[in-house]
Amino acid sequence: MSASASENSEIILETKDLNVFYGDKQAIHSVNMQVKKGTVAALIGPSGCGKSTFLRSLNRMNDFVSTARVDGKVFYQGKNLYSKKVDPVELRSQIGMVFQKPNPFPKSIYKNITWGPKINGFTGDMDLLVEKSLKRAALWGEVKDRLHDSAFDLSGGQQQRLCIARTIAMNPDVILMDEPCSALDPRSTQAIEDLITELKRRYTIIIVTHNMQQAGRISDETYFFHEGNLIESGDTKQIFTKPSVQMTEDYITGRFG
Amino acid sequence: MANTNDSLTSVIELGNTEHESVVNQKRMAKRKLYDKLFYRLCQSTILLALVTLVILVVHIIISGVSWLSLDFFTNFTSRFAEQAGIKAAIMGSMWVLVLTAAFAIPLGVSAAIFLEEYAPKKKWVEWIQINIGNLAGMPSIVYGLVGLTVFVRYLNFERSLLAGSLTLALLVLPIIIISSQEAIKAVPLSLREAAYALGAKKWQVVFLQVLPAALPGILTGVILSISRAIGETAPLIVIGALSFVAFTPASIWDEFTVLPIQIYNWASKPQEEFHQLAAAAIIVLLVLLFAMNFLAIYLRQKYQRYKL
Repeated sequence: MSASASENSEIILETKDLNVFYGDKQAIHSVNMQVKKGTVAALIGPSGCGKSTFLRSLNRMNDFVSTARVDGKVFYQGKNLYSKKVDPVELRSQIGMVFQKPNPFPKSIYKNITWGPKINGFTGDMDLLVEKSLKRAALWGEVKDRLHDSAFDLSGGQQQRLCIARTIAMNPDVILMDEPCSALDPRSTQAIEDLITELKRRYTIIIVTHNMQQAGRISDETYFFHEGNLIESGDTKQIFTKPSVQMTEDYITGRFG
Repeated sequence: MANTNDSLTSVIELGNTEHESVVNQKRMAKRKLYDKLFYRLCQSTILLALVTLVILVVHIIISGVSWLSLDFFTNFTSRFAEQAGIKAAIMGSMWVLVLTAAFAIPLGVSAAIFLEEYAPKKKWVEWIQINIGNLAGMPSIVYGLVGLTVFVRYLNFERSLLAGSLTLALLVLPIIIISSQEAIKAVPLSLREAAYALGAKKWQVVFLQVLPAALPGILTGVILSISRAIGETAPLIVIGALSFVAFTPASIWDEFTVLPIQIYNWASKPQEEFHQLAAAAIIVLLVLLFAMNFLAIYLRQKYQRYKL
């Protein structure tokens, strides 16, 4: 890594020899990665390559899959997330997650934002928090007059931005995004991409995407997965212009996947 | 890679060969006929069910409606048909409805929550699950015998409202558990994940997200099963509910009767007037049951404002 990158080189999340199994089947093979604070990291690769599985092991969402077993270490703020001392519930309030399909709660827009802070004991000004979160998610202008309408009245793209606002309201360090645009039309995708570029000043973002152009547009670093292995990683520009592994080049140029 | 290219070209070549339809025109006519026949068959089954229901209801209304008067609701039953009413039966049914709901709903819904959300995926849980299914299909008279042995005799509740309601609560418990489980199961995984991803603890996910989302389904199941309890006769006869009651119960320790038993009693008398009285009581019971079903539909609509 060149010295010029050192201004932003504080590592916030790091995996060491991370293996994930579903029953007997190994889904992730000994992956090592280091994500720097305030950057956007894109995980790319063909369907079924394990990128979503990998992402979900970073905030222990795989705990809910009864057959899943994780082996190896994930360091966040110097602590191993899989050590017994770490409370996964507390962890998830610091490492937020946005899912593939927009999944707002069956409640009002307002309550979608306040639910997370409320159950975690937030006692500050809720109205202010709602406004701030919606503004950061670039949704405030569209919904400020109907905060108490059902979240299901929103369009798919708006729902996804609401889910991002809900995650932001928890004021997390890291936001994990699992193909957040795959269910959206091009215009909504554009809005979310702009949002991600805006958000990385405050949050570290790790995003899974099957859209290589998207990875190229929004990410600082790119990680290419294939069949559960991390094939190549590095600066996004470099990966997209002169990858060092043939398979990466084949995938990026659209020869398979 | 090379293989995919080959198969791709062969598909294109196939498309370029002469256009030959794979639809056999002769069989097409036959298939259309089958389609029509099947449609008629389905239509006639629903008609059969509806016509039967309409005939029954019309027959009952014709024979019973003239007996419906204010006196019919305010009088106790009597040896004389002209003076007989359903005051005791309707009050008894109301008591039983409230008490059965009070016993069965909390138990049934909690059991469903445990089985769906907390029970480990072990053999013994599977065994319990199968047996709840079996219990739901048990003849109601068996519950009457259980009630007689346990509540009436062993616990010495005698022929009280308490014994009757507990027996009926047992009867509807499996139905409430199963329908609540179905409602909880239908809550999408994405909703739970959304809650967990915001740092929710398990009980917060279950009580603040899953249960409210499952509530319309749970309510529907609960109301339908309670209305089944209101229509039950056999288990209450077994535990010794009375058929000639000239007082309204004042506490859960009092003896009682209910509408279906009153109907049974009148219908088994030889005189024609009492058969008409029975028809009048059936009208009241039907109205009560329809009202409960409409309530179930209304509540489901109301709580589904935020659709999943």
